Amino acid sequence: MAPELIWLIFFLPLASFVVISFVFKPFLKDKPRISGYSTIAAISGSLVLSVLVLLSVIAAPEHELLMPDINWVIVDGVVIHLGLMVDSLTAVMLLVITVVSLMVQVYSQGYMHGDPGYHRYFAWMSLFTASMLGLVLADNLILTFVFWELVGLCSYLLIGFWFHRKSAADAAKKAFIVTRLGDFGFLVAILALYASTGTFDIAELHRLAITGALAGTTLAWAAIGIFAGAAGKSAQFPLHVWLPDAMEGPTPVSALIHAATMVAAGVFLVARMFPLFENSPEALTTVAVVGGVTAIFAASMGLVMNDIKRVIAYSTISQLGYMMLGLGTGGVAIGIFHLFNHAFFKALLFLGAGSVNHATGTFDMRQMGGLRRAMPWTYATFVIGALSLAGIWPLSGFWSKDEILASSLAAQPALFYLALATVLMTAFYIFRAAFMTFGGEYRGGNGQPHATHPHESSPVMVAPMVVLSVLAVVSGMANVTGGFARLLGHGEGHGFIEGFFGILAHPLPWLSLALAGLGIFLAYAIYGAKWLSAERIGRMFSPLYTMLYQKYWLDELYENVIVRKILLKGIFAGLERLDNKGVDGVVNGVASGTIAAGRGIRRAQTGQLQLYGLVIGIGILAIVLSLYLAR
Amino acid sequence: MQLELLAPELTLAGTAIAVILVDLFVARKWLLEGVSIAGLLIAADFTIAMWGGSYAPLFNNMLAVDSFALGFKLLFLGIAILVILASIDYAARFSPFRGEYYALVLLSTMGMMLLAGTAELVSIYIALEMTSLSMCALVCFLKDARSGEAALKYVLLSAIASAVLLFGMALVFGFTGETRLGGIALVIQSMSTQTLLASPALTLGMALLIAGFGFKIAAVPFHMWTPDVYEGAPTPVTAFLSVGSKAAGFAIILRVFHSAFGLPNWLSLEWGLVFAVLAAIGMTLGNVAAIPQANIKRMLGYSSIAQAGYLMVGLATTGLSPASDVLGRSGLIFFLASYALTNLGAFTAVIAISNRIDSDLIDDYSGMGKRAPLLSLGLTLCLVSLIGIPPAAGFMAKFYIFSGAVQNGLLWLVVIAVINSVISAYYYLRVVKMMWLGKPAVAEAKAGKPASEARVTTPATLRVALAVSCAGVLVLGIAPGYVLRLAEMAASMFIF
Repeated sequence: MAPELIWLIFFLPLASFVVISFVFKPFLKDKPRISGYSTIAAISGSLVLSVLVLLSVIAAPEHELLMPDINWVIVDGVVIHLGLMVDSLTAVMLLVITVVSLMVQVYSQGYMHGDPGYHRYFAWMSLFTASMLGLVLADNLILTFVFWELVGLCSYLLIGFWFHRKSAADAAKKAFIVTRLGDFGFLVAILALYASTGTFDIAELHRLAITGALAGTTLAWAAIGIFAGAAGKSAQFPLHVWLPDAMEGPTPVSALIHAATMVAAGVFLVARMFPLFENSPEALTTVAVVGGVTAIFAASMGLVMNDIKRVIAYSTISQLGYMMLGLGTGGVAIGIFHLFNHAFFKALLFLGAGSVNHATGTFDMRQMGGLRRAMPWTYATFVIGALSLAGIWPLSGFWSKDEILASSLAAQPALFYLALATVLMTAFYIFRAAFMTFGGEYRGGNGQPHATHPHESSPVMVAPMVVLSVLAVVSGMANVTGGFARLLGHGEGHGFIEGFFGILAHPLPWLSLALAGLGIFLAYAIYGAKWLSAERIGRMFSPLYTMLYQKYWLDELYENVIVRKILLKGIFAGLERLDNKGVDGVVNGVASGTIAAGRGIRRAQTGQLQLYGLVIGIGILAIVLSLYLAR
Repeated sequence: MQLELLAPELTLAGTAIAVILVDLFVARKWLLEGVSIAGLLIAADFTIAMWGGSYAPLFNNMLAVDSFALGFKLLFLGIAILVILASIDYAARFSPFRGEYYALVLLSTMGMMLLAGTAELVSIYIALEMTSLSMCALVCFLKDARSGEAALKYVLLSAIASAVLLFGMALVFGFTGETRLGGIALVIQSMSTQTLLASPALTLGMALLIAGFGFKIAAVPFHMWTPDVYEGAPTPVTAFLSVGSKAAGFAIILRVFHSAFGLPNWLSLEWGLVFAVLAAIGMTLGNVAAIPQANIKRMLGYSSIAQAGYLMVGLATTGLSPASDVLGRSGLIFFLASYALTNLGAFTAVIAISNRIDSDLIDDYSGMGKRAPLLSLGLTLCLVSLIGIPPAAGFMAKFYIFSGAVQNGLLWLVVIAVINSVISAYYYLRVVKMMWLGKPAVAEAKAGKPASEARVTTPATLRVALAVSCAGVLVLGIAPGYVLRLAEMAASMFIF
């Protein structure tokens, strides 16, 4: 396939962003629909090209297309290429991104209808899609980092899309700052790798790691630094706190960015740099342990949330943990297979939540109920998504989750038990949400007139959910014959029928199916049939319930203790006072603008200026002393 | 005597006189800006014409005309043009002294240009004073209390710094018997290591030079004037001070330390490490102290202290790397160019906004995205560049300067610098958040005026200045190759 066509995958949505921002938004203000159409057209183009890429990658030897390099900057030995890396991993990611993005854009036509920021919304969505596609296509770490930051920026803009709500603005800032903590590790890792190898090229780094030229502590620390970046983006413990708050953005944004694609970028990054992890046992163990802990930790918080989007958000964190666990114990094929399946069923669940919100005006499940009659399509597709997430045979979630369980059992039994417990929790919390939302009687929504008689969403919103629900059923079939695993590296093949039913001959799938079934049954018993009272159970385990509901008090720890008490009140303010206020508290510099000139000068001559001079003197002394002491 | 090699500087001197004359005899005041910009463009044309040639130094090796000097001269001329464009609207407040204002800007620019070429201690001092004294006069141009206080502080502290610098120069002269940088280098290289180590004069002289120059670039602990002066000075002057004066300081530090103290290697290692430590302290203190600031000019003041810290990473790299390695120097020059564009852009936006809302408080920038979308967009881009996020110039600049440092074994410093970049995102983004996510019209409501969401209008010249800066920021961020090659050329062509 010609490189120009592959570049086009990235440039089409970018062009849509440029045209919307500079033509449609200023000149066609009263025709907002055109922005949606241009986004959909551009992403459809990218989708078609991505399918072609996937086909040619499957046909290619070694499953990799060779691309020519373009020299971007060459200065004094530092050469940065601007190149594409198109292997099986890229091809799979391209497909996931374009499919989910297209569905979400179609759905947004209905969901964002009449919003005053319609142009802006689609401009940023286009930019996000372009950046995300660029991220998976990049062949060197600098370009990767550039797109990595760009998707973060788009995420920031889209979380804060309804910026007039303070909670949205705060959530946007929180997401940006928390993920930057991880990015810091990533950047240091890039520089450390460069310092020891002199290259930013990903394929070259793979080669060095495989041949052993890059090894030991350098490799371990670099891999852990990369994982820090991945953990920030993929909301792994303890950097997961931003993702639930990010639900303040429009729901289609949550579906695309905070479920299917951007948050999966961390998983992708680890997969992209996998040869580095593979040759560093410490790093690989870190990935597996953080993934396993995140999976159960987030699932436990999902058990008690009352906001439907937050339940799904914690579920996303938990599933991302699964993917990391799969990468850490089983390799690229297993982790990415779960990413592939998860993208479809999780986007579906989010779109379902958005559809419900459209009808009831709320995300609080305590105000919903009984929607199965009013919204049959949403109900049916949501249940398919939930079954897939719970891992019920033969839906897609079952296949990838089973592989992760098997690989973690082989690698580390402790992690296996964590993953197994998560299976129970997952089935419980998602069916708790399903029963609270769709079961029983309607509880009135947000009380607004339009919410008293909820009705099904428009076809433009239902259609993408139907498409995604079909994918949520069938996407797992990609690896029934072992084809997906072989495409991404290794694995043995077998016949379709043999793979499809043969898996039920093993004990492990039955164990996980039994746990998932138990979870669904418990959810039915408590929230469906109401044999058990949720309140009484909550009271019985009151301290546990409070701890989960308060999210283990991590937000409070971060915000109040670390940021406010230690950083802002302590270190920052102290340093500022030391630097600024100096010895004389009365002299507060030039803050007030109304003092007469003479008084100003007099003030300037007391205290502060002498202090400034004194500091200069001390500075000189310190330099001289250090020059002598250094000898 | 080849006086034509001084054509750019002489043009500026002539233009400054012409501006004062125009101010005296012509009523149309827009001619002042016209004449100034024309003069700067002619000077730039002369400089470009000389680019790439090789010329013998002037005045018995006192003044070098090498690509290093020429590159910096172009940078200063560009800065001065943008500053004048950004001043036009603001200068109405200086009436009837607008002519003097532009003349002083031109003279100060001329001082900086001379400074970039000087290669002899006494002429360095003279060029430095020429820059500083013009700058002092500019700082007090508003003639109100704050401006006066700022100018006084600047004058007094500048005098201390000059005294320190002169003392250092005297010690170096006493030790080597030379005032020319090339001569100093020869004398030092002819001495044995024992002699050099035994003499306190050289060490003390170097320390005093670092302190004296450190004042110009706002290196901690010689930075304390920065926030006060930045806040009190007229905003275009603050912009000029924060980029022009700083770039000139770095130019002369690079020339003095690289030419005179570049060899033997242990000596250059010593001052390299001093700059590395100053860099670490500077960026940390600047960034941390910027966080609680409420006034945007003050915040940018601390931000510029932090940026000086990043820039000193380039000096440290120069000290630690072999003399033939240009990566530290070219990274530093590229960073200066990118920082100049970025900071000028930011200050231009601040001038435009504060001229209309009459406030420098960050809180009053609330909702500015609605009231002045283009200005806010420009300011956002510049702040993003200051954080160092791609695709803005700041990212490339940091990337080059840091990768040079990593190659020369300064990974610890780069780790500190990257942590600092993360911290700095907080206070830069606070302004962005305030502009785009806040509610408009706080300032007017507070002042008792009718709360309006009225659009902030901007004069065309300010818009041009902002557009040029932003375009530059993007070009340097996305296609840095050309400017990087220029920087590399400037860094490699030292006469001494």
